[in-house]
Amino acid sequence: MKFTVDEKGYYGRFGGAFIPEMLYPNVEELRANYLQIITDPGYQRDFHKLLRDYAGRPTPLYLAKRLSERHHATIYLKREDLCHTGSHKINNTIGQILLAQRLGKQKIIAETGAGQHGVATATVCALMGMECIVYMGKVDMERQRPNVERMRILGATVVPALSGSMTLKDATNEAMRHWINHPTETHYIIGSVVGPHPYPDMVARFQSIISDEIKRQLVDEIGNPAPDYVFACVGGGSNAAGAFYNFLDDEHVNLVAVEAAGKGLSSGESAATTALGKPGVLHGSKTILMQTDDGQVVEPHSVSAGLDYPGIGPMHAHLFDVGRVHFVSATDDEALKAGIDLSRAEGIIPALESAHAIAALNQFEFESDDVVVINLSGRGDKDLETYIRWGKY
Amino acid sequence: MKNRINKLLSNKPKDILSVYYTAGFPTLNDTGTIAESLAAAGADIIEIGIPYSDPVADGPTIQASNTVALKNGMRLSTLIGQVKEIRKKVDIPIILMGYINPVLQYGIDKFAADASAAGVDGVILPDMPMDEYIENYKELFDLVNLSNTFLISPTTSEERVRKIDAVSDGFIYAVSASSITGAKGKFDKQQLDYFRRIKNMNLKNPYLIGFGISNHETFNTASSYGAGAIVGSAFVELLKNAKHLETDITTFVKSLRNNNV
Ligand SMILES: Cc1ncc(COP(=O)(O)O)c(C=O)c1O
Repeated sequence: MKFTVDEKGYYGRFGGAFIPEMLYPNVEELRANYLQIITDPGYQRDFHKLLRDYAGRPTPLYLAKRLSERHHATIYLKREDLCHTGSHKINNTIGQILLAQRLGKQKIIAETGAGQHGVATATVCALMGMECIVYMGKVDMERQRPNVERMRILGATVVPALSGSMTLKDATNEAMRHWINHPTETHYIIGSVVGPHPYPDMVARFQSIISDEIKRQLVDEIGNPAPDYVFACVGGGSNAAGAFYNFLDDEHVNLVAVEAAGKGLSSGESAATTALGKPGVLHGSKTILMQTDDGQVVEPHSVSAGLDYPGIGPMHAHLFDVGRVHFVSATDDEALKAGIDLSRAEGIIPALESAHAIAALNQFEFESDDVVVINLSGRGDKDLETYIRWGKY
Repeated sequence: MKNRINKLLSNKPKDILSVYYTAGFPTLNDTGTIAESLAAAGADIIEIGIPYSDPVADGPTIQASNTVALKNGMRLSTLIGQVKEIRKKVDIPIILMGYINPVLQYGIDKFAADASAAGVDGVILPDMPMDEYIENYKELFDLVNLSNTFLISPTTSEERVRKIDAVSDGFIYAVSASSITGAKGKFDKQQLDYFRRIKNMNLKNPYLIGFGISNHETFNTASSYGAGAIVGSAFVELLKNAKHLETDITTFVKSLRNNNV
C-alpha cells in the first residue's frame, strides 16, 4: 500500500487540485517546481540550519513518567511546544518561505485559525523582510487575541474574515480570494496539509522532520526506532502528518488521529470530520468534509480554534479510508481536563489542540511494555483565557 | 445534436448578453420571475447560480447573495425543479453555474440527467479541473447534450487556452482580469491587450467576457472583442435593491445594450 501522493496529486481517491482557472498558473508554478527546489542540497542546508538555530530543533522527546504510570505504558511527549513561536507550525513556514524566495515572490499571505500558523508566518516574514498579510476569522481574532497582537508586533497585517462562520474555513476562503486577485508576486503559505496539490504533500514533507527525529530519539532511548503507538490531534492534519510520516510504511506502529468532538458527536456542535463527514471538495482538494446532503459546508465547533475546521487533508482522508490510521475524538471538556491534568502531572500546559491527543489516551488499554509517543503540537499560552473561563482547576 | 447554446452562437456572432444571478435570491421563488423578465427584456443567455456556502471565486456581492439564498432554503434539487417550470415559458439558453461540491453530492450522473431533462443547456463549474472533466464528466455531459464552459484568465498561458478551446463545445468564458467577481467601472489597457490577444488567437469557440462588466461602456467594449459579455455582480446588486423586479430588470438590460436609456 502506498500512502504518499501519486504523480497526479492524489492519495487513493482523495486529493487533486480543484481550483478556479485564475489560480491555475500559481498552483502549477508550485507543482512544477516544489520537488526540485526542496530536495536541492543548498535548500536543504538552509532549511535544516534554520530549523536548528532559529526554531530550536531537534525538539526533545520527553519521557512523561507520571503520565506513563497513569496509563500503564511508556509514554513519550514529542515537545513541539518548545519550538520557536510555540508550535510545530514554524517547521512548515520556514520551509515555505525559503521556497517562496526561490520562486522570486515578494509577498506572503496566510490564513490562520488559532493564530499559531499566522504567528509562525509573520515570524518568518519578519526574518526574511517580506510583506505579510494574514487572514483570520473575526470570531477567532476575538478568542485568540494575544496571537493577533503577536502578529502585529511582528509587522504583519491581520485582516478579519467576515464571511460565513468567520473562522478558519472562511479565513482560508479569503486568502484564496486574495491570491486570485494577486497572482504573480504573492506566495500563499497554507498552514496545514490541506489545499490543492502540491500543498498537502509539500506541507507533510516539511512537517516530516517530527517523525524523523522521533525515530532517531527512540533509538537512543529504547534502542528501537519504532514505537507501538503515535498519537496526534488533527485539525487540517499537519502535525499528525509530520508525526506519522516516517511510520506510515511500518504497519506495526499504530497511528491514532484525534479529532475534536466539540460538545459531543451528536450535539450538532462538533468538528470530528471523519465521524460526521462525507467525501467532497473543500479548499481545492477532494477529501472528507462535514457537509449537508445538499453539499453545503457545515460550520464546525471546537473549543480549540486550531481544530475548528470542517475538513481534513486528503492524505488523512486516504489513511482513514484504507484504515491505516485509527481516528478517534475527544470533546471540549475532555480536552480541557486533559490539559489541566498534564499541567499538574508533568508541569506542561499544552495547547488545547494538543490536549485532545492527551485526552484520547483514556480510550486505550495499553500493554505494560507498549511505547507510546504523543505529539505535543503546541503550548498553552495562547489558550490561557479559555482555560480560565472553563475554570475547573 | 445541437443545444440552445450552440444554436445561439451560430446565429448570433456578436453582442451576446449573458446575465448571471443567484438562484433563490432575493427570495426563494424569484428565480423564475427573474428568468422570464430577462428573456422578455432581451438577454441572450441566462446563467443561474447554484448557491454555495464557500464561493471562493466570488466577491462580496455574489457571496452575500449565496448566503441569503441558502437561508431562503434554496438547494440544487429545488433549483432543477424551478428550471423545469421556467422552461415552460422561456426558450433562451439556460446555464447553471456553481461550485463542484453540491453537484458531487447530488451525484454527477443524476445531475447531468436531471438538469438536462429540466431544460438546462450548459454548466459552468469554475473549480472543476479540466483533466477531471475530460476523465470523469465529459462523456456523461455529452450523452445528455450539456455544454461545459471553461474559464480562462489573463494569466492563462496560450498553450492552455488552446487546450481549453479544444475540449470546449459552446463558448469560452474569458475572465476580464486576475480577480474574483465584482462590478468595476472601466477596463484598463492591460485588459484590452488581453482581449486583443485572445481575439487574435482565432479560437474555434467564441468567447464571452465576464467579471467587471457593469454598464453600457464595459458591455460594448467587451462585445467589440468577444462574442459578447457576461454580467453578474452588477445585476445581483440591482436585484438586491429592486423595487419592482420586472421593470427594473427591463431597464437594466436596456441600459446595458443602449447608452441613452
Ligand atoms: C498547537 C496546534 N496544534 C494543532 C493544530 C492543528 O493543525 P494541524 O492539524 O494542521 O496540525 C494547530 C492549529 O492551529 C495548533 O496551533
